[in-house]
Amino acid sequence: MENQEARAFQITPRDNVATALTVIPGGTFVLFGDGENGLREAGEEIPRGHKVAVSPIRKGGAVIKYGVSIGEATEDIRAGQWVHLHCMKSCYDQRSAGLDIHTGAPTDISYAIE
Amino acid sequence: MELQEWKEMSWPGYRREDGGLGIRNKVLVVYTVECASHVAREIALQVNHPDVEAIGFGGCTDNAYAIRMLLALATHPNVGAVLAVGLGCEYTRAERLADAAKARGREAAYLLIQENGGTLQTIGKGVELVHGMLVKLKDTPVEAMGFRDLIVGAECGGSDFTSGLAGNVAVGRFFDMLVETGGTPVFEEIVEAVGLKGLLLERAADEKAKEELAWTYDKALAYCRSVRQYSVSPGNFAGGLTTIEEKSMGAFAKSGTKPIKGVLKVAAAPPEKGLWLLDTTPDPHFMQFGITNPNDNEGLMALVSCGCHLTILVTGRGNVTGSAVAPVVKVTGNHETYRRLEGDMDFDAGLVLEGQSTMEETAAQLAGYIGRVCGGHRTKGELLGHKEFCIPYKYQEKEAARRPCEG
Repeated sequence: MENQEARAFQITPRDNVATALTVIPGGTFVLFGDGENGLREAGEEIPRGHKVAVSPIRKGGAVIKYGVSIGEATEDIRAGQWVHLHCMKSCYDQRSAGLDIHTGAPTDISYAIE
Repeated sequence: MELQEWKEMSWPGYRREDGGLGIRNKVLVVYTVECASHVAREIALQVNHPDVEAIGFGGCTDNAYAIRMLLALATHPNVGAVLAVGLGCEYTRAERLADAAKARGREAAYLLIQENGGTLQTIGKGVELVHGMLVKLKDTPVEAMGFRDLIVGAECGGSDFTSGLAGNVAVGRFFDMLVETGGTPVFEEIVEAVGLKGLLLERAADEKAKEELAWTYDKALAYCRSVRQYSVSPGNFAGGLTTIEEKSMGAFAKSGTKPIKGVLKVAAAPPEKGLWLLDTTPDPHFMQFGITNPNDNEGLMALVSCGCHLTILVTGRGNVTGSAVAPVVKVTGNHETYRRLEGDMDFDAGLVLEGQSTMEETAAQLAGYIGRVCGGHRTKGELLGHKEFCIPYKYQEKEAARRPCEG
């Protein structure tokens, strides 16, 4: 397997997301793991370690990884879309919904000196 | 390797008078207050032997949790001798630590700095005592030991997206094998089980275990809710994890698939063989001593205090910490991290994600490596002198159960 090849790993066949093992620049990537293996299309850039939807997820539906719900879609998600804080949320941790989607840094604490 | 071969694998263990069987034969120098820490460290430094190390508790006011930890470490199966070093005016009593270790068949002595002429004289006497202990430990009876006699702890720290895909999965497979050979795995991090109550309870071995797991889960969730903070950091989010549930599943993978026998509290030995969950979170108390996980080493020390002969630290980003008393096997699921930190990482579970190895092969190689460490092979952390320890103030009950006053 070429290291340069864009690829993503799906943990269980039930999962509707896979983890990008390389940066997926958008376009074709290799999906492998415990689900259906083959070539898929990413609709946008997926950062390494991040999730890409392998099937569509309706708003309010469960995002499935490891065969279990890891949270809820906050908008309709297309197959091939980047799945992160901007389109899903935890069913437990309210604070994480307000984090910066690129850095994960909190946006709810003021650093202004008064 | 087949299960039978793992069952038959053996190495020489050190038999203790109280029945314990260790994979190392150490002398612990234990200080009982921060004011005595320099003298204790200096004793260990001057003896300069790989099996001599200093640990201790910094507080002057004692704390039942910290005392339980000190006692558990002083009578750990990997420890053959103990020198307690006190200043002389603190609550924690050096002589009682030495007595407790002696009662469990360990060579033991104590020194109080105020009674022994101060820093230099106490260091001199301590060095002499430790040299004598090392000589006596050479006569420790040696007996064949195997996976069935082994208690192994696991936690993850400095995690990245590979931990849940490779590192923890390999440990989970190894833990399944360890249970099948009759051994005892212990996994940690109930705060990283948030979102998985159903899965956790399904794995309970019996009704009592289910009650303990439910109580411990509810406590951890209530804690996270009350402080509005979950065990997930900006680095985790930037690395691709989106929710605590997702991180929890990755962490939970290291428990494997076997039934969970119940919940251990810190410094409690597993009452029987099989898989256990260790609860390191503080119990509700008016003093509010302790936060959940001050650092990764604290979790390792909590595992060691339950009698783990060695611990596994799964670290995608690469944490270099070791621990006193028991070797730490550092496993990374990230092949790049392994290459970048090869001097620190013991095991590369990341080849699975590179398509260069299967999970089954990886787990078997990990088991083989752990067998060699048990047989005396020094981990990279041991070779580098990583003997970190952390014993905080904390309030914890001795059992995972609701107290009557909580209704």
